[in-house]
Amino acid sequence: MKESIFIGLGSLLIILFLVSKKWQYRVMLTTQLAIFVTTSFYSFNSLYNFQPSDFKLFNWVLGEVHLVLDPLSVFFIFVINLTVFTGTLYAKGYLKPYQLTRTKIELAWHYFNFLVLYISMLMVVMLRDGISFLMAWELMSVSTFFLIVFESEKKENKSAGIKFIIQMHIALFFLILAFVISSLASGEPLGFESLTTYFSSHSAFPLFLIFFIGFGTKAGLIPLHTWLPHAHPSAPSHISGVMSGVMIKMGIYGILRVLTYIHTDLLAIGIFILVISVISGLVGVILAIVQHDFKQLLAYHSIENIGIIGIGIGVGVIGLALNNYILSSLGFAGGLLHVLNHSLFKSLLFYSAGSVYQQTHTRNIEELGGLMKKMPYTAIFFLIGALAISGLPIFNGFISEFLIYSGLFQSFSSNDVLQSVYILGAVVALVAIGGLAVYCFTKVFSIIFLGTPRSDKPNHATEVSWDMLLPQGLITVFILVIGLFPMLIITPLQSLVGTFVPDTSGLTNMVDTMTHVSTVMLILVAFSGILFYIRHVLSKNKKVVIGPTWGCGYTGGNPAVVQYTATSYADYIARKGKYLVGIKKDFKPIEKDVMFPDHVTFHTHSTDVFESNLITNPTKKLHFFMSRIAVFQTGNIQHYLLYAILFVIGIAIVSYLNII
Amino acid sequence: MGVSILLIIISALLFPGLVGWMKSKFVGRKGPRILQPLFDILKLLKKGNIYSSTTGILFQIAPVVYFTTTLLAALFIPIGNYQAILSFEGDFVVFAYLFGLGRFLMIVAAMDTGSPFEGMGANREAFYALLVEPAFFIIFGSIALLSGHNSFYEIFINLHTSSALSFFVALLIIYILFWVSMVENSRLPVDDPKTHLELTMVHEVMVLDHSGFDMALIHLAGGLKFAIYGSLMFNFVLPIQNNFLVQLLLFPVIMVGYALTVAVLETFRARNKMGKNAQWIITLSALAIVVFLSFLIITQHLNFGL
Repeated sequence: MKESIFIGLGSLLIILFLVSKKWQYRVMLTTQLAIFVTTSFYSFNSLYNFQPSDFKLFNWVLGEVHLVLDPLSVFFIFVINLTVFTGTLYAKGYLKPYQLTRTKIELAWHYFNFLVLYISMLMVVMLRDGISFLMAWELMSVSTFFLIVFESEKKENKSAGIKFIIQMHIALFFLILAFVISSLASGEPLGFESLTTYFSSHSAFPLFLIFFIGFGTKAGLIPLHTWLPHAHPSAPSHISGVMSGVMIKMGIYGILRVLTYIHTDLLAIGIFILVISVISGLVGVILAIVQHDFKQLLAYHSIENIGIIGIGIGVGVIGLALNNYILSSLGFAGGLLHVLNHSLFKSLLFYSAGSVYQQTHTRNIEELGGLMKKMPYTAIFFLIGALAISGLPIFNGFISEFLIYSGLFQSFSSNDVLQSVYILGAVVALVAIGGLAVYCFTKVFSIIFLGTPRSDKPNHATEVSWDMLLPQGLITVFILVIGLFPMLIITPLQSLVGTFVPDTSGLTNMVDTMTHVSTVMLILVAFSGILFYIRHVLSKNKKVVIGPTWGCGYTGGNPAVVQYTATSYADYIARKGKYLVGIKKDFKPIEKDVMFPDHVTFHTHSTDVFESNLITNPTKKLHFFMSRIAVFQTGNIQHYLLYAILFVIGIAIVSYLNII
Repeated sequence: MGVSILLIIISALLFPGLVGWMKSKFVGRKGPRILQPLFDILKLLKKGNIYSSTTGILFQIAPVVYFTTTLLAALFIPIGNYQAILSFEGDFVVFAYLFGLGRFLMIVAAMDTGSPFEGMGANREAFYALLVEPAFFIIFGSIALLSGHNSFYEIFINLHTSSALSFFVALLIIYILFWVSMVENSRLPVDDPKTHLELTMVHEVMVLDHSGFDMALIHLAGGLKFAIYGSLMFNFVLPIQNNFLVQLLLFPVIMVGYALTVAVLETFRARNKMGKNAQWIITLSALAIVVFLSFLIITQHLNFGL
């Protein structure tokens, strides 16, 4: 049985390279659906038995390999399956233009890596022993690398891919280190199981920190995020959606998995996660606001949302430490639900943004505008994503934030001053992140889809095909179901949160509250609908005049030139946060005596202060130093012989003096 | 149940006229009738629409949702012992986020016109909102700390029975809420509704292109926002007693007092320099932290060895 599955899977992966371009996509979709059905089947099985299911995969040199399904794994399998499925559906339309320009092997290689990424992510959440976990983890990074550099003819894509693969391997080093430490100290084989013994006898924080660096790099927590804003824009949009939706969540999974073994030092760990997450959330969204490349902007928003997830988890851990199980269960529930929510709305945003890119061939929002008229469905899907990511009512982002808020506000009344102060800090951070997200998404949605086109590029855009819209519609359904009927997801969340918190009664009470929230949402929809209908009826027989936008009496200005730009919209934040975003302006001022000035251009771009100080500047310095050393590399054979002679002489002197 | 929303709607309808009437009295003008804004709204409801050719369907949906969210938010507010129609744990979070949804759509609608002025106003609205929101949440976080409850109704019921000291902090809260309401409604000192220069407006410039039915809804929502904040403040000044009749009589007094304060302020105070607004709004959050610290002291979580 098992062997036949492996053989079938392996042969399908090989068939990808053999069949014609037309069939490649179908083979991938079939493979994917097969995996989808199998994993979902076993997941439901294990959920209904409420026991971690354990499948022995095979025996090899390093021992038995098991696939283990517990609620945490099942949850992540659900998120992975859903996002990869919509990504695959979207890929069909998105890759259509590439069918003509790419060879069969190139496309097969892309599909192959997509499948490998999918399988390795599933493996990551199911494997428990160290060696195979790390192998799956590595496979995930490598396949992602090949997916990022799909358009490798562009220089920036290649450098983004290299940045990614280097940072992933530094992270991998930390993971190996952490596993080795725990294995050596506990005397057990590499793997998560050894953590039980390790944490029972050692202090938890140092080892957690090492794990945190390893997993946090994948998750993109600041300051470990520098690969992320480059990798996401470089990858094709269905890959960006999957990367942002689930791939970076594997880091969150890792952190959560390690947390299940930790029972000491919880307060320090909780505060640490909370602080890092608050920084990630705030800095992520501030950096997002000043971006002009919309996919890069969405990438920075992934950092922000990882921050929100982290706030939930951090609050949950603090609750555990203080034995405040209401705070703890609501914090974990909010954080975990946000994992699902973010995978929904972020993939929706990346898909609709990808449609815009496909139609306009630009990612610079300053060149866009007025696309809502050309691509109405894409615009509506993007708007839904934008409202959801801003955490606004009737969409799912609000529900996860509301869960975290509920936990926080319910815990104010306890008798611990410090706890109240942390909670207040988390509340203020969440509010500020929410406000900044609104600021950012009103900007990006308005500049791309509203107003008038800012260049010629949007003029040729048309609505994308239905097979690209279908997955977006599917995601929207999920977003609205969670947003409108939040009480439905509380019970499934409860068994999941039970992995971390012994007492989840805080969530039971939430069912009631969520029913109220649901009522409010439904009233909102009904009221708006009724009012809009009344408006429609009242204005039926009335005169409607269409005219130009009010321009203060002046009609001479070209609307494409005078309307608000992304730079001017972001200016408040760019100025207040100038130490973080480092805006650079390139322009030549008009000289004094010039009567008839020439055409003048003005260009601004932002830098990421963490990236420039942690990665770019040190690398530059190293490069500079190395180039100084390179004077010895003359390419002249005589010089190299001279070095050899000098070396021999040096050795002779040293050994004569008995130094070595 | 229905009394509170009724009171809020009545005061929402009268409030803008009252403020306008008082303002004209202060500067010695005859001024419009108190009901004049209502007549204006009725007239607007009858009128046809003028749309900019740049705008789309979003521009028409936004005022409807803006009004609905504001009305829905009003359903959350209890008045004294009159319970609100919607009340549950954490309702003030939903309350604040409903405002957020309405604001998001109004900003987007303003950007839909492609007008530089409206872009400017939309941008300022988004920026000021994100600055003022923390103050609201810190206040209600502090009150949750003090009262041990987190829904509007339970908070207000338990606030007045807990400690006489909390009454003094309530004054500070009212002070902050007053300014929050001024920022939310884009009135002085962040924005001057009297101004005639588009360059310096916030909210007024965002709705330049709206007309007819939509404009009426926007005006109604503006009045509702005042009434909502007025009722919130009323709940904080309410003396400790349970007499429904006294509350019913006190409510108009407080609302008129609120209108008077707004009118006095808008007559005698100059607006802030646009560039200083951010700094000024952030002080509200700083003051809210003072409230938080005072409540920590009152509940003796924080006792400097006293």
